[in-house]
Amino acid sequence: MSAVLIIEQVLNGLQAGVMLFLMAAGLTLIFGVMGLINLAHGSLYMIGAFVAAAVAGATGSFLLALAAAMAAAAIAGAIVEVAVIRRLYAAAHLDQVLATFALILIFTEGTRAIFGSFPLFLDTPDVLSGPVTLPGGIQYPLYRLVLIVAGLAVAAGLGLLIARTRIGIQIRAGENDREMVAALGVDISKLYTLVFALGAALAGLAGALVGAIQSVQIGMGEPVLILAFVVIVIGGIGSIKGALVGALIVGLTDTLGGIFLPELFKLFMEPSAATQTGASLSSMSIYVLMAIVLLYRPTGLFGARA
Amino acid sequence: MSREGIVNAVLLVGFVAVAAWAHFAGEPFTITLATRAAIFALAAVGLNFALGLGGLVSLGHAVFFGIGGYAMGILAFHAQNYTPLMEWPFAIPGTKVMPIIWLTAIVTAALAALVIGLLSLRTSGVYFIMITLAFGQMFFYFAISWSAYGGEDGLSIYIRNGFPGLNTLVPIQFFGICFVLLCAVLWFVSRMERSPFGLMLNAARQVPHRVETVGLDPQRAKLVAFVISGAITALAGALFADLNRFVSPTMFSWQTSGEIMIFVILGGVARLCGPVAGAALFVALEHWLGDLSDYWHIYLGLLLLLIVLFLRGGIVGFLAGRARAHD
Repeated sequence: MSAVLIIEQVLNGLQAGVMLFLMAAGLTLIFGVMGLINLAHGSLYMIGAFVAAAVAGATGSFLLALAAAMAAAAIAGAIVEVAVIRRLYAAAHLDQVLATFALILIFTEGTRAIFGSFPLFLDTPDVLSGPVTLPGGIQYPLYRLVLIVAGLAVAAGLGLLIARTRIGIQIRAGENDREMVAALGVDISKLYTLVFALGAALAGLAGALVGAIQSVQIGMGEPVLILAFVVIVIGGIGSIKGALVGALIVGLTDTLGGIFLPELFKLFMEPSAATQTGASLSSMSIYVLMAIVLLYRPTGLFGARA
Repeated sequence: MSREGIVNAVLLVGFVAVAAWAHFAGEPFTITLATRAAIFALAAVGLNFALGLGGLVSLGHAVFFGIGGYAMGILAFHAQNYTPLMEWPFAIPGTKVMPIIWLTAIVTAALAALVIGLLSLRTSGVYFIMITLAFGQMFFYFAISWSAYGGEDGLSIYIRNGFPGLNTLVPIQFFGICFVLLCAVLWFVSRMERSPFGLMLNAARQVPHRVETVGLDPQRAKLVAFVISGAITALAGALFADLNRFVSPTMFSWQTSGEIMIFVILGGVARLCGPVAGAALFVALEHWLGDLSDYWHIYLGLLLLLIVLFLRGGIVGFLAGRARAHD
């Protein structure tokens, strides 16, 4: 277990965490502002990845693919908000869960009908492929490093948007008291569509960025969706800061657990049994973490006190 | 008989009629479909007890469905390989006897539900949905990595387990077992609803602080409801595994939790036979739409959306009108 390996894995964990943040930020905004549980957020991630793969395949431009992915996800999000989600704001959580579950079925099968069942591939752009040498002589893929930087940049931009702009003020006000905001003359339904489209665009961006290091396939959104839910529950629903902290915690726990738990168990178990126990515990570890957080802070680390 | 009573009777008689027709017409596959629907209905009756009566939106009932499945899988696996389940401190052999399997499934799931419920009930609302989902995922990943019992591939059981005095390999007889269990559980649930406990639970869902004021413990009522609910769903899981003679981690997946919830909501939340109607409709749609199109999930999704948006109260709510207030 060398220092190089540890640093590499920490970077991998950061990269996974930052991408999770892009998903979780949208989810937490949508929940915080509209009070809606959106299970279909993973479908928007999938749409982003598929559109990016299709556009990159047709034009060869990665930047164009990213823009198309964000636009497609945002448009899909806006359509869904206007057609379906809008009717659910006043509904019970149960109805929201079911309706957005129905949207998952529609999106998943719709994508399968359009793109077929086989995975697509999205290549990393040439300028960003290949390793880069970090201080200390560590070789690390440039693209993943760019993902970390890009994700943190988006996080900073989102933070500024929420804290410094007029839209941000309206969003924060909407979280606190939507009726008062509406009474003050803000077009609340337009604001809701905007927030939903913004969240969708972030999910689409995450899908496209991650699509270049994993295969683009049907159902790729749901595992990420569940992780993103864990993130916002740990961070506290509605809090962007919580989403960032939660995402990094989950990303690091998931990545480091998969590497170090089997090693840890090898200290006092036979190797094959240790690998198995370690692997099963590591995939359970983030859920255990979430359960522990909820037990001590039932509304998450940065959530509003009930 | 109330209108809901008539709907319930028609539903249950309809089940028997379909199975009997299929038996005499020589259509064993239709019997299998009816059995599948009865088992799903049982699982959903379990969830409905926590969700409808207790207001506990659990997105993790696949945990109990899976525990039931693995109780069957593990016991039958040891029986078919003639290996003991455990040797220390005393030898326990596997078994192929259904009632023992059911009992194991129910007790194990009740214990799991007790632990999960104790922890989860500290939260409420959306956090409760999420923490139950997280427990579901924990069990899912545990099952995947549990290589002693098949890991990701699951376990195949070659011959369906037996029930004393019956030949479970005959489709109609296995259907009979599942249907009788479903009816027995429905009877139990309807009794529970009208019992002092059921009334307290109902009140605990609506106005917990008033229940507390009269000196009762709403949290404990919810916990008991969660345990009963999990045990019922586990029984369904054991039957489902026996129907397919196969268990796999899919039984623990969050899609399974979602489907069980769909049965409840399609049929009508908090209605006694809502889950029965929901599961029957789901299985019928799965069969017919699946024949029509490879992409039948699109139609299922659209139908679900329509029901959530325009038909709150589900099928039973549509047929029988709004639920009566308590008698």
